[in-house]
Amino acid sequence: MRLTRTVALTALALIAASCQQKEAPAAPAAPAPAAPAASDKILLGHVASLTGEQATFGDSTDKGIKLAIAEANAKGGVKGKQIDLKTYDDQGKPEEAALAATRLIVQDKVAVILGEVASSRSLAIAPIAESNKVPEISSASTNPRVTKDGDKTRAYVFRVCFIDPFQGTVMAKFATENLKIKNVAILRDVGNDYSVGLADFFSKKFQELGGKIVSDQSYKAGDQDFKAQLTAIKGKKPEMIYVPGYYTDVALIGRQARELGIKVPLAGGDGWDSAKLYEIAQGALDGSFFSNHYSTENQAPVIQDFVKKYKDAYGSVPDALAALGYDAAKVAIDAIGRAKDLTGPSIRDAIEQTKDFPGVTGVITLDADHNAVKSAVVLGIEKNAQKYVTTVNP
Amino acid sequence: MRRLPTAVRSFLPFLVGIPIVYLLQRVFEAQGWDFVALLLVNIGVNVVLAVSLNVVNGFTGQFSLGHAGFMAVGAYTAARITLSYAHIPILGLPLEWSQQLVFATALVAGMITAAGAGFLVGMPSLRLRGDYLAIVTLGFGEIIRSIIENTKALGQATGLSGLPRLTTLTWVGAGVIATLLMARRLAVSTQGRALFAIREDEIAAEAMGVDTTGYKVRAFVISAAYAGLAGGLIVHVLQLATPRSFTFIRSIEVVVYVVLGGLGSITGSVVSATVLTLLLERLRDIQSFRMVGYALLLIILMLARPQGLFGTRELWDLPFFKRRARKAAEATPGVTP
Amino acid sequence: MTEFLQHLINGLSVGTIYALVALGYTMVYGVLKLINFAHGDVYMVGAFAGYYLAGTVTSEQATLGRASLITLASMLICGAVGYVIERFAYRPLRHRARLTALITAIGVSFLLEYGFQLDAIIKKPIEFPPGPSPRFFPVLLDLGDPFTFLDVTVPKFDVLAIAVAAALMVGLQLIVYRTRFGTAMRAVSFDSNVAGLMGIPVNRIISGTFVLGSMLAAAAGVINAGARHKIDPLFGLIPGLKAFVAAVLGGIGSVPGAMVGGLVLGLAEEFVVGYTASSYRDAIAFTILILVLLLKPQGILGRVTVEKV
Repeated sequence: MRLTRTVALTALALIAASCQQKEAPAAPAAPAPAAPAASDKILLGHVASLTGEQATFGDSTDKGIKLAIAEANAKGGVKGKQIDLKTYDDQGKPEEAALAATRLIVQDKVAVILGEVASSRSLAIAPIAESNKVPEISSASTNPRVTKDGDKTRAYVFRVCFIDPFQGTVMAKFATENLKIKNVAILRDVGNDYSVGLADFFSKKFQELGGKIVSDQSYKAGDQDFKAQLTAIKGKKPEMIYVPGYYTDVALIGRQARELGIKVPLAGGDGWDSAKLYEIAQGALDGSFFSNHYSTENQAPVIQDFVKKYKDAYGSVPDALAALGYDAAKVAIDAIGRAKDLTGPSIRDAIEQTKDFPGVTGVITLDADHNAVKSAVVLGIEKNAQKYVTTVNP
Repeated sequence: MRRLPTAVRSFLPFLVGIPIVYLLQRVFEAQGWDFVALLLVNIGVNVVLAVSLNVVNGFTGQFSLGHAGFMAVGAYTAARITLSYAHIPILGLPLEWSQQLVFATALVAGMITAAGAGFLVGMPSLRLRGDYLAIVTLGFGEIIRSIIENTKALGQATGLSGLPRLTTLTWVGAGVIATLLMARRLAVSTQGRALFAIREDEIAAEAMGVDTTGYKVRAFVISAAYAGLAGGLIVHVLQLATPRSFTFIRSIEVVVYVVLGGLGSITGSVVSATVLTLLLERLRDIQSFRMVGYALLLIILMLARPQGLFGTRELWDLPFFKRRARKAAEATPGVTP
Repeated sequence: MTEFLQHLINGLSVGTIYALVALGYTMVYGVLKLINFAHGDVYMVGAFAGYYLAGTVTSEQATLGRASLITLASMLICGAVGYVIERFAYRPLRHRARLTALITAIGVSFLLEYGFQLDAIIKKPIEFPPGPSPRFFPVLLDLGDPFTFLDVTVPKFDVLAIAVAAALMVGLQLIVYRTRFGTAMRAVSFDSNVAGLMGIPVNRIISGTFVLGSMLAAAAGVINAGARHKIDPLFGLIPGLKAFVAAVLGGIGSVPGAMVGGLVLGLAEEFVVGYTASSYRDAIAFTILILVLLLKPQGILGRVTVEKV
């Protein structure tokens, strides 16, 4: 039959094609590391999700980066050159992130790529950064796999935020030691690798510390109704509900929990951080806690300075993502300043040596895995506003 | 010119095409045109997707919106195989050769599992009429994604990362050639005629003795297999397999390629997949208006030229080519033009 | 027992929204045989219309009167939107292949979704487009604390929502079966060509159907936003699809069917998510669809139609 012949031919052809490969270019062989365009400007690239579900994250990060660059330019730029930024929208899709990163590196010839917020998209960019020898600094991806490929640390990928194992531990310790809670229910966003990872790490640590997970429910980002899961959770009588999701859903979860008569506190991670959380929750999250990178109440001059400048430039209070974007850009600029020349490997080396860098989100030192060793803060919510509770050190 | 033996003629496109694409690939590598190469890979994958969907939506006139689901099945199968075996030299071959062999196996395995998924989805659904089939296939795509997100072995929401970068222009070229050959040969075969008959008037076809459900399922299975191929190819250039790559928005994008090019026209699918992928890249500079522009383009094109760019015609239906075919037929003795 | 009852209440609440959106879907599909992908986005537009109207009206006094006014106004706005969509995007394609119209519907859907995600072009008096960030839909009606009995909470708003939905459904039934317009609609859904020959202004009837459907979607949008308070440009996508499933479940083309289908779907989702695998929520709707289409394609309340050659 003609059909079977076609299929058989295809199979044979595929095998024939494989034989044609004399060598397997595991990565497009870059003859020399891509050096940024020798012009009077240094170009930084940013891949962000400017449309799609997490558009606000990309937008905040971008604003933070732009602020850092404007500041640096006002001081004369770096290595005598002004800094420019090129931002591409990846629409929240990993393939687009890969395309955007490739374009930034190959066509626009950026010195450093900043991005992304979501771990899955940072993961899409990582191999491209690696093979083209252009450093990537993620502002907010917390999944450990972004900087580690199996057991090896990726040479060209860095991040300025802490990682989920740490964040999960922070909340687990806080719940056990500060709140003296023994039974917790988890409500995670099953479609979001950040949420799933954080929930897993929290769960592990919490149980190690002697706690009990009485219920583990899931939702999908964008769901409008969580009462089914909350009713099931209510039946198990937890003392706290851990909701490591994004603020868009958390606010709604908080409201609906209160509507159902659930009075226990909720807890979460840095995904909660946004002014919109309070706008939508309207008091429903009072008494809840979340771990974050920094607190705007912290009177440290570097933070207050940043908050003021951001407010002047954009008219709103910066969230953690904006702060992280700011720090990522600053680390990049600082490294470029310290690098012996403007080639990828030199900048990479300089970034790796970042030590005790005074960032807004904490003092940044990059460890052997290229992750930032920083403390986390636990923020509480009172009267529909955030309130600093405590700092947890690594 | 004497006609070459059938066996050689069948392989000819590969024997001619693959060395050309390979040469192209080496040139790109030497020049460091990585972006162009990546763009071409994306175009190639989209062409495979569009042409394979055309088999169901165009040839058979059925309404499938679940293509991304089959892509995912093929992608994850291939990914699991390469993750487990790509770093082990098999059969005592040097690592590079072994990797290629593993990749080939992974791709074929992906095609087989995707075909299986196509069968599972097709069997119950193809009894349904037009628009219902659309939503059902979309639903299946979402179900497949839900399953992936809930399976630890498939990496759940984080997906499988660290895949070896095995997809090259040559592989994509081979995939495109294979898909085009499949579509073309299907179109001129008896089975193809049955599919067209089903498209034109299903009841009449059934009355003429065509096993409509059987053929529809077959078309579905073939289409799913090649979607699996596309999936396997794309995750090995992205080096990441995540459920986010296979949402129903992706399925809709492929449907757009097919409809824009013209339902039933292979050339149309190739052209529109290429043009749209390039266009989206061009529109990148207008950032936030990109998707809006895409949407407007869709609406306007559908209003201005609903049959798509090519309707059901192919490149070789153009008068120029028809005249040459006629002349060739006249020259050959014993063949009536 | 408490849990079961709570789930029941939750399911009805969710189902009401599906039912309302399904009403519009079923009508349009019944008349045009078109899956209006953009319907879910009209629902979103309705919610935003309500949001903008509530904003300018400054919600000091959240009264029933004001809330009704806002709902009505947003229904009218969406009716207009529906008319425009039908007139310019669907009507020219009426005699073309179904797939073409569906693609256009997808195009319109994308246009609305991504158009609303653009950064604001008009800044005063309202910020339009709203941009991708979710907005807080103001409390239009403060009905006080929910009813509680046996530790089951029933938000008063949900009771109101069901009442409104039921009223709308009854109203729609009356329109379809007791008015000339309704009869014309039914005629067009049977056979638009013959209906045209009988002197029915087919174009006007179809436009009217769309307007009606869009108005219902807007009402659903405002009610849902009023209960759940979070709106963003993408939030109509999934409810739109689920509403279609609900319409099919209840019997496509049947108004009470849409109501029944919506409630059944809401309950099914609620119970499956609450008692078993909560991570499969969206898959449930589609599984139900597949099962219905395989086992009872005409839906719960639909009639078996024989396809004539």
